[in-house]
Amino acid sequence: MSLLLLIEQILNGLQFGVMLFLTAAGLTLVFGVMGLINLAHGSLFMIGAFAAAATAAATGSFLLALAASLAAAAAAGALVEVLVIRRLYSRDHLDQVLATFALILVFSEGTRWVFGSFPLYLNIPPALSGPVTLPGGIEYPVYRLTIIAVGLMIALGLFLLISRTRLGVQIRAGESDREMIAALGIDINRLYTVVFALGAALAGLAGALVGAIQSVQVGMGEPVLILAFVVIVIGGIGSIKGALIGSILVGLTDTLGGVLLPETFKLFMDPASATAVGSALASMLIYILMAVVLVVKPMGLYGARA
Amino acid sequence: MNKKSFFLAATAAVLSAGMALAEPVKVGMITTLSGGGAGLGIDVRDGFMLAVKQSGNPDIEVVVEDDQRKPDIAVQLADRMIQSDKVDILTGIIWSNLAMAVVPSVTAQGKFYLSPNAGPSALAGKGCHPNYFNVAWQNDNLHEAAGAYANTAGYKNTFILAPNYPAGQDALAGFKRFYEGDLAGEVYTKLGQKDYASEIAQIRASGADSVFFFLPGGMGISFLKQYADSGVDLPVVGPAFSFDQGILQAVGAAALGVKNTSQWNKDIDNPANKAFVEAFQAEYGRLPSLYASQGYDTANLILSAMAKADVKDQDAFRAALEAAEFESVRGDFKFGPNHHPIQDIYVREVLQEGDVFTNKILGVALEDHADAYAGECKM
Repeated sequence: MSLLLLIEQILNGLQFGVMLFLTAAGLTLVFGVMGLINLAHGSLFMIGAFAAAATAAATGSFLLALAASLAAAAAAGALVEVLVIRRLYSRDHLDQVLATFALILVFSEGTRWVFGSFPLYLNIPPALSGPVTLPGGIEYPVYRLTIIAVGLMIALGLFLLISRTRLGVQIRAGESDREMIAALGIDINRLYTVVFALGAALAGLAGALVGAIQSVQVGMGEPVLILAFVVIVIGGIGSIKGALIGSILVGLTDTLGGVLLPETFKLFMDPASATAVGSALASMLIYILMAVVLVVKPMGLYGARA
Repeated sequence: MNKKSFFLAATAAVLSAGMALAEPVKVGMITTLSGGGAGLGIDVRDGFMLAVKQSGNPDIEVVVEDDQRKPDIAVQLADRMIQSDKVDILTGIIWSNLAMAVVPSVTAQGKFYLSPNAGPSALAGKGCHPNYFNVAWQNDNLHEAAGAYANTAGYKNTFILAPNYPAGQDALAGFKRFYEGDLAGEVYTKLGQKDYASEIAQIRASGADSVFFFLPGGMGISFLKQYADSGVDLPVVGPAFSFDQGILQAVGAAALGVKNTSQWNKDIDNPANKAFVEAFQAEYGRLPSLYASQGYDTANLILSAMAKADVKDQDAFRAALEAAEFESVRGDFKFGPNHHPIQDIYVREVLQEGDVFTNKILGVALEDHADAYAGECKM
């Protein structure tokens, strides 16, 4: 294992983490502010990717595709909040899980109905394709570097939004005491719709960005959803900072574990079984990380409520 | 549930007219029509139904059900089809893990099972059964052909990767069975993994001269797009599953020039295949995939056996199936002693025809190829 390979893998882990953050940020906001478990968050991720693929196919512009992913996911989020989610805030978590699971099925089959069962084409724009040589001779895809930059910028933007703006104050207030901010004259319904749409838009953007290097197909959101839940549990529910740290921890652990564990086992096992054992253990690693974090800090790294 | 019954032609009307006919054959098709892998099941179904429609045979009735890619649902559907629908033949399953859950119980209940896709090694070797036929391939076959092709292409140091599940392990085993060079690396990825940056970095660092991968469905789309973007330009070889007609359009230019192995392609030169490709396009408005060709062949095999024997006379019907006297779109086709195909496996190259990405045959990788497990089958 050379140093260059290690650095490249760290960049990969960082990029994976940043993508996870975009999905987990919305989930943790909705969970923290509204106390709602939204399993359909992955569907919003999928909607963003499909909107981007359809727009890119129609116009050929990647920027328009990204804008479409934000708009479509935010619109779908707002619509779902007003029609369905609003009725669930006062219910217990089981009802929320059942209703949002139903939304997954509705969105999946609806998407299949509109776009068909075959994966769609969405590729990275020519300006961002191909590798770039970084200092030290590492060849790394420009697009992935762009994802890292975009993700970190959005993290910064979210941080400023939460800490510096009026909306941010309302969100933080909503997190700590729902009844009180309603009593103070804030339109809580509107606040919830805005937060939900914001989370949805971030998930949709993540879907479009990831869709360009992966595959745009029905059901693409569910695996992401599971990881996003791991992230917010590690980071602490409701904390944007926790979501960022948690995402990057999960991204690095997953990527580096997948590379380093088989290599480590090769030191004292034959290559074939080292690969098998190492790969098996590597896929458990983030869940082990989650368990360890929960043992040490039961509320997650930055969990607010004790 | 999305139950669809196809009563093809007016079976009842024909019977009431008092014509002397053999018993009608009822076929139960359990396949994946929803969720991530639905494209494959839809192709198998469409190919199958096309052959049934073309035959105009009023004595075959097909019941189609969606297994949602879940083994437990597939098992329930099979039980229901056997007990309440009274089907004579089952078919349709795409995934090996579902086939392993369904096939042994179906054959144990005295029904025929004809696989249009999954061919796990366990059912080809010790677990073979007189009533189980595989019309597609044994799982290892296309990977073995890829290994053979790697030798002819002169690759000496290949990097191989596959998902960490039984079919992935079969894939790497199959490749290594025929490949004679060295391995630059051997990696098992997570099943369903979508980001291959880490594996691609390992490929770059390994000093390999070529890459073999088995990553079906969305995994392959992701891998190829990321590989094309990474700047690694080693030649890539794989089985047809990541290059079939359904997903090539989603991969786009990233797949151009890639060599892949398949038992079928739309340009195989025989009358049956020409007619099939034309009819499929006319009926469904898209090019057929290898899955569609497998569904089509499965239906034609059943129809050919129906013409010779009554399905209630199991021994006669089995002999008629074994004879495989139908015009396969693959050209020559026959069954080995374990009821798995003996067939040519081709090397194809991905190219662009107009706006459509598709495959062209370059040559034969393995001629009259049988599977490695036939010897273990005691039937």
